[in-house]
Amino acid sequence: MARIKETDAVTGVDTTGHEWDGIKELNTPLPRWWLWTFYACCIWAFGYWLVMPAWPLVSDFTRGYFGYSSRANLTEQIAEAQARQSGYLERIAAADVEGIQQDPELLGFAMAGGRSAFAVNCSQCHGQGAAGSAGYPNLNDDDWIWGGSLDAIHQTVVYGIRSDHEDTRVNDMPAFLRDEILTRDEISDTAEYVLSLSGERPDQAAVERGAAIFTDNCVACHQEGGVGNQDLGAPNLSDGIWLYGADKASVVASINTGRGGVMPAWNQRLDEATIKQLAVYVHSLGGGE
Amino acid sequence: MVDQPRAKAYEDDERSVERSEAFSVNRTERRSLYKKREKIFPKMVSGTFRRLKWIILAVTLSVYYLTPWIRWDRGPNLPDQAILLDLPARRFYFFFIEIWPQEVYYLTGLLILAALGLFLVTTLAGRVWCGYSCPQTVWTDLFVAVERLIEGDRSAQMRLESAPWSAAKIAKKISKHAIWLIIAAATGGAWVFYFADAPTILHDLFTLQAAPVAYITIAVLTGTTYLFGGHAREQVCIYMCPWPRIQAAMLDEDSLTVTYRDFRGEPRGPRRKNKPDESLGDCIDCNQCVAVCPMGIDIRDGQQLECITCALCIDACDNVMDRVNLPRGLIAYDTLANVDLRAHGGKARVRLLRPRSLFYLGVILLVGAVMLISLMSRSVLDINVLRDRNPLFVTLSDGSIRNGYTVKILNKDYGEKQFRLSLEDMEGAGLQVVGSDPDSLTVKSDRLAGFRVFVTLPLSKLDDESRPITFVVTDLSNGNDSRHDSVFRGPDQ
Repeated sequence: MARIKETDAVTGVDTTGHEWDGIKELNTPLPRWWLWTFYACCIWAFGYWLVMPAWPLVSDFTRGYFGYSSRANLTEQIAEAQARQSGYLERIAAADVEGIQQDPELLGFAMAGGRSAFAVNCSQCHGQGAAGSAGYPNLNDDDWIWGGSLDAIHQTVVYGIRSDHEDTRVNDMPAFLRDEILTRDEISDTAEYVLSLSGERPDQAAVERGAAIFTDNCVACHQEGGVGNQDLGAPNLSDGIWLYGADKASVVASINTGRGGVMPAWNQRLDEATIKQLAVYVHSLGGGE
Repeated sequence: MVDQPRAKAYEDDERSVERSEAFSVNRTERRSLYKKREKIFPKMVSGTFRRLKWIILAVTLSVYYLTPWIRWDRGPNLPDQAILLDLPARRFYFFFIEIWPQEVYYLTGLLILAALGLFLVTTLAGRVWCGYSCPQTVWTDLFVAVERLIEGDRSAQMRLESAPWSAAKIAKKISKHAIWLIIAAATGGAWVFYFADAPTILHDLFTLQAAPVAYITIAVLTGTTYLFGGHAREQVCIYMCPWPRIQAAMLDEDSLTVTYRDFRGEPRGPRRKNKPDESLGDCIDCNQCVAVCPMGIDIRDGQQLECITCALCIDACDNVMDRVNLPRGLIAYDTLANVDLRAHGGKARVRLLRPRSLFYLGVILLVGAVMLISLMSRSVLDINVLRDRNPLFVTLSDGSIRNGYTVKILNKDYGEKQFRLSLEDMEGAGLQVVGSDPDSLTVKSDRLAGFRVFVTLPLSKLDDESRPITFVVTDLSNGNDSRHDSVFRGPDQ
C-alpha cells in the first residue's frame, strides 16, 4: 500500500494512513525515553548473550565470556564453608566429648552441628524433637537403657545397638512365649508384677505369682525389683517410662517376643567429629547424666 | 522558550518598572499531555519572603549536613554519634534514646506525628511545607542560585540558552553542571553519615575503604539530587509528588494561601503613574509575578495545583507596588474566605480554631502523649519465653513432668547485669538452667542472652493437661522485675 504522508491539522501529528468511516488513526510516536530504554535493553541483551551462559546447544550450552555458573558458585561456597568449619571440626575430632562440653566455643559449635546432624540422621526414628515413639527411646528424659553419660551416649552412637558392627551394644531378651519358656498365664502374671513395680495393681494374687516367675527368669538382667542394668542394656522396669507402652498388652507383647530394637553403627556413616557433636547435642537435651 | 528574552523598560516618570514578557507554562491553550517541558527561568527577586527562604535554606541544609557530626557519649563499646541508624547492629540511636528492632514502633510513631504535623500546618497555613522546607524546594533553590551565579539572571540565562555554542557558553555550562554535581555528591555523601560513624566513614570514603553499599547510595542520591534539583525541578512537584493532590483534603477556605486580589487588580493594564485611569485596576500587568515564579505559573489565574506558595510573587508585586506608589498586598498571603470578604467590603477574620485544625491538634496530642508515656515507662529489661513445642513435655523416670523453655533476657542497659530467674506460684516445681545458676544469670550490656530452662513438676501437682506458669526475671542490681506468662503442659488426663 502506498504510503501517503498526511498530517492531522488539529494535533500536528502524522496519521497512519488508516481510515475507518472517516476516523483516522494518529501515528503518535513512542516517547523518546521509552525508545531509549528499549534500545538500551537490546544492547544489554546482546552483551548478556556474549558474557553469560545463554544459548542451549544440542548437548551443551554457550558458556559465555564470564563463565558464570551457579552450580560452580555453590560448590565454591560449600568448600568455603567447609574451610571455615575445618578448624572447629579438627579441634572437635581431637578433643574428647567431655572436653568439648567444657569449652564454650566448641560447645556452641557442637550444639549447632549436632542439631543439624540429628535432624538429618536421627530424627527419622527418634523424632525431630528427640521425643521418640513406641520402640524408639525418648532422648529428652532421664531414663537411659545403655547409659546417659557423654561417653555412654557416644559409644551408642558410634557402634549402634544390635548393629552389624562387631563392637555393637547387644543383648538378647528371650522371646518367652515364642520360645515356649513360659505359658500365656505365666506371662500375664509376670506382666502384672512388672506393672506393679511402678504403680498399684488390683490383682494381688497375680502380682505375687508373677514375682516368683520374675525372680526365676528376669532378675539376672533386670535386677532385683526390676531396676535394670545399664551395662547389660536391661531397661529399668520400676520407673514411669515405657519404651513400648505402659499398658499390660504392650508389656505382655514385650515378654512374648523379647523385642530387640536396632540402631545402626554410625561410625560407618558419619565421621568422628559429627558423632561427637551428636553425642554432645543428645546429652544436652535434658536427660544427660 | 517561554517568552522573548528581552525586558523592556516601562518608563514611569523618573523611576521605571521592569516589564517582562512572561507567560505561565500551564495556560489552558498550552496544556497538552504530550507537551515537552518548557524551561523556566525564574527571575531573582528580593524581599521579605525571599529573605525568609534564604534563612530556612541555610537552617535546613545546616541541620542536614551537620547533624551526623554531633557527638553523644554513651560509654564504652557504644557509638558516640548523637543520631545513628546502625543497620548491621540493628540499633537506632537518637541522643539519649536507643531503639531496638522490636521497638521500631517509636519510629513509626515519629513518622505519624510528622505526618499529622504536616496536616495541621497545611490546614492552618497551606502549603508552607512545599514552599519553604521541602527538600525538593530547598535543593532546587540552591541549584537555581548556582545557576544565577554562573549564567546571570533570567534574561541573561535566556540569551545564553538561545545563543549559539561558543567557548564561553560551554565553559559556563560545564562549570554550572560541575558545581551541581559537587552539591549533589555532598548531599548523597552526607546521607551515609547517618548510617555509620561519620568521621570514620568520611575517612573510609576518600581512601576507598568504605562498603560498596555506601558508594552505591551516594551514587544514587547524587544522581537523583542532580536530576531533581538541576533538571526536573517543578516537574517533581507537578507530576511526581503525591502531596499536591493529597493536601487538597486538608485545605479549606480558611487556610492560608497565596492569593491575587482580583477585585483590586482587575482589569489589569499598563498606565502612567499619577495619571489614574478609572477603567483600570491596580495590576499594571508587568508580569513580574510570572517572571519570578519557580513553577512558571501566573498567580493571577487563581488557585492552582502547581502553586507551592513560595510567596516570591508577593515579594515581586510588593516591590512593583512600592515603585508605582500603590498600596502593597495586591498579591498576598490570605485565605480564600478573606479574599471574598474583602471583595465585598467586609472585614477580614482569622479562624485558626476550626473543627479540622482542632481534630488534627487533638490527634497529635493523643499520639504524642501515648508515645511519651510508652517512652517514659520503657523498661531496660525485657524478657521473652519460648516454650518447647517438640517435645511438648517429657515424662521423667520418677513420673514427674518436665517442660523445656528458652528464656531470653534482653539487657538494654549500658552495663553487664546479673539476673535471677524464678517462678511465681509454682510450689514443688524444680527450676534448672542449663549451664548456669538460676540465681545469677549474667547478661552483657546491650545484649540478648538465651538460656535453656527446664521446669519439673510432679504429676500430682498437675490437675489438668496444662496450667499457666509465670517466669519472673529480677534485676539483682535494683530489684526491678519483669514477668512473662507461659504454659506448662503434661499428659492428657
